[in-house]
Amino acid sequence: MNPLPPHLPDHPDRLWRSAEPKRSYDVVIVGGGGHGLATAYYLAKNHGITDVAVLERGWLAGGNMARNTTIIRSNYLWDESAGIYEHALKLWEGLEEDLGYPLLFSQRGVLNLAHSLQDVRESVRRVNANRLNGVDAEWLTPEQVKEVCPIVEISPDVRYPVLGATFQPRAGIAKHDYVAWGFARAAADLGVDMIEHCEVTGLDVRDGRVTGVRTTRGPIAAKKVALAAAGHSSVVAGFAGVALPLQSHPLQALVSELLEPVHPTVVMSNAVHVYVSQAHKGELVMGAGIDAANSYRQRGAFHIIERQMAAALELFPVFARAHVLRTWGGVVDVTPDASPVVGLTPVEDLYVNCGWGTGGFKATPGVGWCYAHTVATGEPHPLNAPFSLDRFTTGRLVDEHGAAAVAH
Amino acid sequence: MSTQPYRREGVTGRVLRFRFDGRDLEGLAGDTLASALLAGGVRAVATSVRLGRPRGVYAAGCEEPNAVVQIEEPFPEPMLTATTVELYDGLVATGLAGRGRLADRPDPARYDAVHAHCDVLVVGAGPAGIAAARVAARAGARVILADERPEPGGSLLGTTETVDGGPGRAWAAAEVDALAALPETRVLRRTTVIGHYDDNYIVAVERRTNHLGAAAPPGVARERVWRIRAKRVVLATGGHERFVAFAGNDLPGVMLAGAARTYVNQYGVLPGRRAVVFTTNDTAYAAALDLADAGIEIAAVADVRREPGRMWAARCAERGIEVLTGHVVTAAKGEGEVTGAEIAPRTGGRAREVAADLLLVSGGWTPVVHLFSQAGGTLRYDEGLGAFTPGETRQAAEAAGFAAGVTTLRACLADGAEAGRRALAALGFGAPGVTVPVVEEEPAAAPAEHLWLVESGDYGTHFVDLQRDVTVAEVLRATGAGLTSVEHVKRYTTAGTAHDQGKTSGQLTGGVVAHALGVDVAALGTTTFRAPYTPVSFAALAGRDRGPLHDPVRTTPMHEWHVARGALFENVGQWKRPWYYPGLGEDPGEDMEDAVLRECAAVREGAGAMDASTLGKIDVVGPDAGVFLDRLYTNMMSTLKVGSIRYGVMCRPDGMVFDDGTAIRLADDHYLVTTTTGNAAAVLDWMEEWLQTEWPDLRVRCTSVTEQWATVALAGPRSREVLAALAPGLAVGKDDFPFMTWRDAEVAGIDARVCRISFSGELAYEINVSSWHGLALWEAVMASGEVTPYGTETMHVLRAEKGYPIVGQDTDGTVTPQDLGMEWIVSKKKADFVGRRSYARADTSRPDRRHLVGLLPEDPGVLLPEGAHLVSVSAAASVPSSVASAALPAVPPVLPVPALGFVTSSYRSAALGRTFALALVSGGRGRVGERLYAPVGDDLVPVTVTSHVLYDPEGARRDG
Amino acid sequence: MLLIACPWCGPRDEAEFHYGGQAHVAHPDDPAALSDEEWARYLFFRDNPKGLFAERWSHAAGCRRWFNAVRDTATNEIHAVYRVGEPRPVNS
Repeated sequence: MNPLPPHLPDHPDRLWRSAEPKRSYDVVIVGGGGHGLATAYYLAKNHGITDVAVLERGWLAGGNMARNTTIIRSNYLWDESAGIYEHALKLWEGLEEDLGYPLLFSQRGVLNLAHSLQDVRESVRRVNANRLNGVDAEWLTPEQVKEVCPIVEISPDVRYPVLGATFQPRAGIAKHDYVAWGFARAAADLGVDMIEHCEVTGLDVRDGRVTGVRTTRGPIAAKKVALAAAGHSSVVAGFAGVALPLQSHPLQALVSELLEPVHPTVVMSNAVHVYVSQAHKGELVMGAGIDAANSYRQRGAFHIIERQMAAALELFPVFARAHVLRTWGGVVDVTPDASPVVGLTPVEDLYVNCGWGTGGFKATPGVGWCYAHTVATGEPHPLNAPFSLDRFTTGRLVDEHGAAAVAH
Repeated sequence: MSTQPYRREGVTGRVLRFRFDGRDLEGLAGDTLASALLAGGVRAVATSVRLGRPRGVYAAGCEEPNAVVQIEEPFPEPMLTATTVELYDGLVATGLAGRGRLADRPDPARYDAVHAHCDVLVVGAGPAGIAAARVAARAGARVILADERPEPGGSLLGTTETVDGGPGRAWAAAEVDALAALPETRVLRRTTVIGHYDDNYIVAVERRTNHLGAAAPPGVARERVWRIRAKRVVLATGGHERFVAFAGNDLPGVMLAGAARTYVNQYGVLPGRRAVVFTTNDTAYAAALDLADAGIEIAAVADVRREPGRMWAARCAERGIEVLTGHVVTAAKGEGEVTGAEIAPRTGGRAREVAADLLLVSGGWTPVVHLFSQAGGTLRYDEGLGAFTPGETRQAAEAAGFAAGVTTLRACLADGAEAGRRALAALGFGAPGVTVPVVEEEPAAAPAEHLWLVESGDYGTHFVDLQRDVTVAEVLRATGAGLTSVEHVKRYTTAGTAHDQGKTSGQLTGGVVAHALGVDVAALGTTTFRAPYTPVSFAALAGRDRGPLHDPVRTTPMHEWHVARGALFENVGQWKRPWYYPGLGEDPGEDMEDAVLRECAAVREGAGAMDASTLGKIDVVGPDAGVFLDRLYTNMMSTLKVGSIRYGVMCRPDGMVFDDGTAIRLADDHYLVTTTTGNAAAVLDWMEEWLQTEWPDLRVRCTSVTEQWATVALAGPRSREVLAALAPGLAVGKDDFPFMTWRDAEVAGIDARVCRISFSGELAYEINVSSWHGLALWEAVMASGEVTPYGTETMHVLRAEKGYPIVGQDTDGTVTPQDLGMEWIVSKKKADFVGRRSYARADTSRPDRRHLVGLLPEDPGVLLPEGAHLVSVSAAASVPSSVASAALPAVPPVLPVPALGFVTSSYRSAALGRTFALALVSGGRGRVGERLYAPVGDDLVPVTVTSHVLYDPEGARRDG
Repeated sequence: MLLIACPWCGPRDEAEFHYGGQAHVAHPDDPAALSDEEWARYLFFRDNPKGLFAERWSHAAGCRRWFNAVRDTATNEIHAVYRVGEPRPVNS
């Protein structure tokens, strides 16, 4: 018989207790996903603001936090992006200790493959940009790619050969649920109320200032309201008449059965839409493409999965007889420049954090840190200042399409 | 048969030989690996994933949680359930400990996919499914009946029930054969419907040759994906039996009661010699009686209920089977396998141990609602079943038979027929008078009692999810930690996430969670059902879209010539373009650098030709064509004279460069515009979108003619004489055929359109002919003996020397025409064009925007990498790990280092006799003459900013 | 894989279509007259409702015609399809 998989850490015996909503809070956070929970934690820890409620319409961290492919990296092209993602990565590096929770954070590196000469140019550009921003980055030849990940097909005779890859050694994966629960538990310990099955149905705005939220469990007054509703941000912000430059789309992912270890790192290929890692228990975790049409259905179209499988086998012929065990979808909110919106809104005391598209998970601690600062002080943190709503008016976009595409 | 000690007496068949865990064994044709292993007396088939406990066959179908195996031969395949692997000669398999192994060699099998449309898709060829299909099919509807097993019949396969007076199994076979013979009905065996999507889009996977082992014919797709669009769907997917959480309920020898019944009846296998039955409902009695009839001693039936069905109790009494009502099995006993069961009164009291090698469990049955739920159907809790059944759905679909919560055979047949009739009515077919098959009267069932777990002081071996090794103890830990949702408990414990996706355990886990929280099972709900229903191989889903068929390969009419001359190719979109031609010079071992220098020199000094056929070409025709192009391009196209050509740039509404190319005016109402190779389809889409959605009043049609034309770019000071020789009828003089005009002419005897345009700064022509004649033209050009073929790399160098940007290389979607130094192409006269307004925004008028400039490395031999970044002299000192330069003060590295820009293009220039680069640099046009540094590896390369036009800035060479 | 009824070709698989986002957003007649804020609205802001949404599709692998559909983004049900230039059906 085969050896047993490596022992996985046990969860703590105590996580959080779902709270009953109080009548009012200093801060109400709308959305109990990773970002909402991290924001709550840093509001309490960094700013001493503990009269905070996290409102979640379903079960805590049951949205995109439970549905992403858990890739963590900071090798973004533009300085503004590198700033916030690298801040996040530095926090990731100390997060297990900070939260006292085993997050299965594994810095196994991420390869971003290049398949055309233009991919190569863009990749080298990104490596150089990363280095100046203090982000670890290397350009690897196909042979070096093979050394990092022996199962990648690097033959020049395939349809779109691997011409090289960028490699960020500090990048990796973590266990998404554990991250959410780690933040929830730590925030709850500091006095934050976790309120589940509490859907926000309205925002109270008086004289241009938000004063509270309406929920399926009654009205809750709030001095400040911080939105962290991901795919539903447009709907929630709309309650206060705030328009956001977002479109919500389904994004799919899948896992295989448990397999003996074959894949030691994370491989992403924007050109052929494959993102794959092998999680701790042994399942292959893969992200698929985004559905073209807007939808709030947490379910994508199957032809996207089929297309992705074809691309995956071009890169990893060894996967042929692996099996898809489970597919699922989340709803991602996408901005015109593939960068988030984090900051103030035209309504006073109402803050917004949205538009992370496919990149939200990796940013979790970084954005929680910065968004908490924004909410606590009423001013954007320098790292999220470039991600204001205002950039769409001035034209000063942070266009990460080239670097991020639909990548996770 | 000594090799099959547990084969039921009198059962014979073709003997198949296989090997399992190194043991040579035998089975019979029609066996699954599981039934053959049971026949051979193999009890422990696999090992549990976390605790390393031995595990045996638990079920008889795809819901199997335990018997997970690795196929070793004929080709390695991980993680299959022994219960679904059809036995074949030469099968070699091993039991797994929850993790499989991928093959280390390429899969030689083929896979494919087909599309199908039907009026009614029936999923499941059990009693309800057959009943539905025969009603629909006989009315003339196009019907597809899909079933995952090799043989139709569903639940009838495992029972001794009769239909229309004969064995149910034979009835099913005959009915399905009759259906398959109908011209509009398709029966898909070994075909699992794995997903039910919006608008009744159904994905099914047919296993076509798996069951043949090494005898599978090569050429036949091993697995086939069916993409079915059905007008109506009948989900007759049956149910899965569930077990009960008690101590040691994972020991080999513990088995679902219905599964044991199936092994006895369908496979002629005895899963044990002496059995104890533990049940919460009537169905296990039928199993007990069938087993008794097969010669298995039933030591006792422990029924948690006070009152089992009367008829069942009577039948047990007839056979002398002891029925202990109000009793539970508190523990399975045995080391490594079951040797007995501990039975005790439910309310407590003295337990007794009954010897047995088989412990049958029935905790009730759960309808298979996966597909119904996947497609957005709601579920409702059925108190009678202790499980969720289908509620409402927006799809044109309904569940039938047990999947809909209907319990008896008679009722399932009737329900299926009704579902068939409803489908027909919805589709407008007349319902035929099809009779419902006759079955024996069945006794009224006594109500089941929903027992999830047998209470105990120690829940350490009360398994709820066998494959994930999750026990009641872990569920209690999860709820104790504060978790109140089944989704959270699933994630905390991993229950329901294994290969079987909780088919036998999901409802049980829900029951245990409800028990732990003291809430209602109905209120707790289920976890979400997700596709695929059963695991599907990656290869099946990839189908034939692999290798050369992964994405179409587009080649030009001259492609074979390039291949024959040893060209290396560059992928540009789907096109293969010659990149460079090594070895065509004097040195046959020429490398890329030498080849490109040679090709460049040939164009600058003599004549070269490039296959430019891949450039996008769009015919823009109609009285308003000029007005239309004025709105899309930044410059004026309507004023272009017939016979002339103009370069143009088009932008997105945000003002950023989207594409460039030339517009040729062929007639007052006819332009031909060219696009970049990669953007041809996008530009056509763009034009059609604006025409149809914004300007439907414009009388313009757009047609892609990219593949209708083949194009040879002929460039170099000697190109005029080459052309003159090929086209004696064409006046090629400088004034006869001026720059940016076109002529129709006969070139090498071929009707051609010759454009005098240049992307190299040299005198140059583009000769366009019908693509049929592309190769002939190319060969004629080459036959002149004066012309050097060149590829895309040389083209890139030559244009870069002239400062011509390549969209997508020197732009990245954040660059305006002004940034490129092309202010001149942005019309000031036109009231508007797409993108114009955006240039008035704050950011697009910043003086520190990145401008396209030239760079000259101070060492003319140093080639900057494309993508290298540029920093100021003061910032250069902060670059980490840079080699200390005498010119720079020594300061500690400070991050981030602000970058001023980056290199977009970089080459060695034959004409300049040195290296050079193009770059986008902040405020670059104001930095001409300034020194910057490019950090390259551990070096800082000093460069000087120059104009982006480095060669022939006066444009003296374009007229030759 | 939605089933989309092209007004010219009839029902076809979603894979034959190209998505065009929100319908009835006209290019401003005189962009120069707009403020930066108004221009930004046109460039970057589109409705994103959870519910009925009038949107554009092009039958890219068929007749290559653009048309509009009203679809419920919460359920993906298409309530109406109509040609460019026609008003959004009132009951959808």
